Amino acid sequence: MIVEALGYGFFQNALIAGMLVSIASGIIGSLIVVNRMVFLAGGIAHTSYGGIGLAIYFGIPVFFGATLFSLAASILMAYITINNREKLDIYIGLVWSVGMAIGILFIDMTPGYNVDLMSYLFGSILAVSQEDIYYMSALLAIIVLCVIFFYKDLLAVSYDSEYAALRGVNVKFFYTFILMLSALSIVMAIKLVGLILVIALLTIPIYLAIKLSSSLAMMMFLSSLFSILFTFVGLFFSYKFDLTAGATIIMVGACVLIMFLIYEKISTHYLNR
Amino acid sequence: MDAINIKNLTCFYDEQKVLEDINLDVKERDFLAIIGPNGGGKSTLLKSILGIITPKKGSIKIFGKENLKSLEMIGYVPQNTNINIDFPIRVIDVVMMGHVDTCAHEGAVSKNRFFNIFSKPHEIQCALGSLKEVGMEAYAYKKIATLSGGQRQRVMIARALCSNPKILLLDEPTSNIDAEGQRSIYELLKKLNEHITIVVISHDISVILEYANKVVHINKRLVFHDMQKNINKVTKHEGHFCEVELMQMLGGQK
Repeated sequence: MIVEALGYGFFQNALIAGMLVSIASGIIGSLIVVNRMVFLAGGIAHTSYGGIGLAIYFGIPVFFGATLFSLAASILMAYITINNREKLDIYIGLVWSVGMAIGILFIDMTPGYNVDLMSYLFGSILAVSQEDIYYMSALLAIIVLCVIFFYKDLLAVSYDSEYAALRGVNVKFFYTFILMLSALSIVMAIKLVGLILVIALLTIPIYLAIKLSSSLAMMMFLSSLFSILFTFVGLFFSYKFDLTAGATIIMVGACVLIMFLIYEKISTHYLNR
Repeated sequence: MDAINIKNLTCFYDEQKVLEDINLDVKERDFLAIIGPNGGGKSTLLKSILGIITPKKGSIKIFGKENLKSLEMIGYVPQNTNINIDFPIRVIDVVMMGHVDTCAHEGAVSKNRFFNIFSKPHEIQCALGSLKEVGMEAYAYKKIATLSGGQRQRVMIARALCSNPKILLLDEPTSNIDAEGQRSIYELLKKLNEHITIVVISHDISVILEYANKVVHINKRLVFHDMQKNINKVTKHEGHFCEVELMQMLGGQK
């Protein structure tokens, strides 16, 4: 069964794309979780739908349009969160829903439009083309290089932003920078699990890794590893039982996380006795 | 020479006057405690000494120099309110964040910062030295999440010591730490005070009186300067120390 699946070109592409997305979401998801930006990342994911709508309307490559739009959304989100701490959730909710509304309206206005909307909402990993893989590889390369280049500063800002500011690290810049990198990894992940489930990919493997890691770099590595594992197992299940790939991947991850949490609860209970 | 010399300091925060006309001298190897009600401007004073907040009026001199930008002279232990306790990081990595390359120029420091995932031997050495000073060298490679509140605070002090400061500023270092832990932190500060000037914001009046050689009370203005004398009077008169009465006398809240 597995060997049979591996023989298909589309399945090979799906595995490669799944791996690229997993590495990106493991690295960036770690930054998102330790900086408590999960809600913001969710906002960017949904806002990116506006980019998809605009790209379809103007006839430019969809993932390129989504990338530009979500980068803009991430800068806007950063600006809002830095300057309006009190009304944060209202503004984020606004950007979130307006972004989606723009997407829907532009798709409505596109003449003779017949693209499968569901593929953007829930992913279409089994329809990944060679060009998609090149594009994802380029985005991943940007993410990895940026994180390696600025690792010390990203770590300082994530651990204790007040102290980092005192040491001359530009906290506002790095806050924006983390959200921009999130935008890139979200665009990659939309192909795999869709924009609605992106947030699960950016959190489930990370919650597992955070318990087992003693450094941010190790957390990024383990998160990526767990994510690759969930993606591969999920893809095979989805192929075998003819299920939506994105949702299957997320469910595999969620089951492992729930089992881990139960195990943790039981073991600490017995240790404390 | 004064370690810290503050003249006519007035500070605003969000267009509200927080500190007004503060004059304060801290001598080298003083142990100064700052007390006062919440919102009275204690933290603002500390932040203006650090240079995070620019004063509206007045001057702050650190060892005779104004507008000191780097943390070389000053070590800072912030209030631990916004640090994620579960953050996956080892003790030594936290301490190394306090390292300042003292022999390098400012430009060289920022250049070294990039493409720098692995720590350099002299950074590790410096961090281990600071950990030894606070009695935590055995925990260097432990995850910080596994430590107790008191131990974590020692690590934060080690981080501040990593830049070899001449002055150590601490913002409520013993909040959320049990009584025994509190005392051991102050014992540590007393030991450090042999070669470092210490400025601490605190609510633990009874402990402060034992360790600080100078206490000031700040509520927008400097209410009491060198309050130790006043406190001695009270304690002598009553025969025993009563914290509540003292606070009433100061007009503050605990």
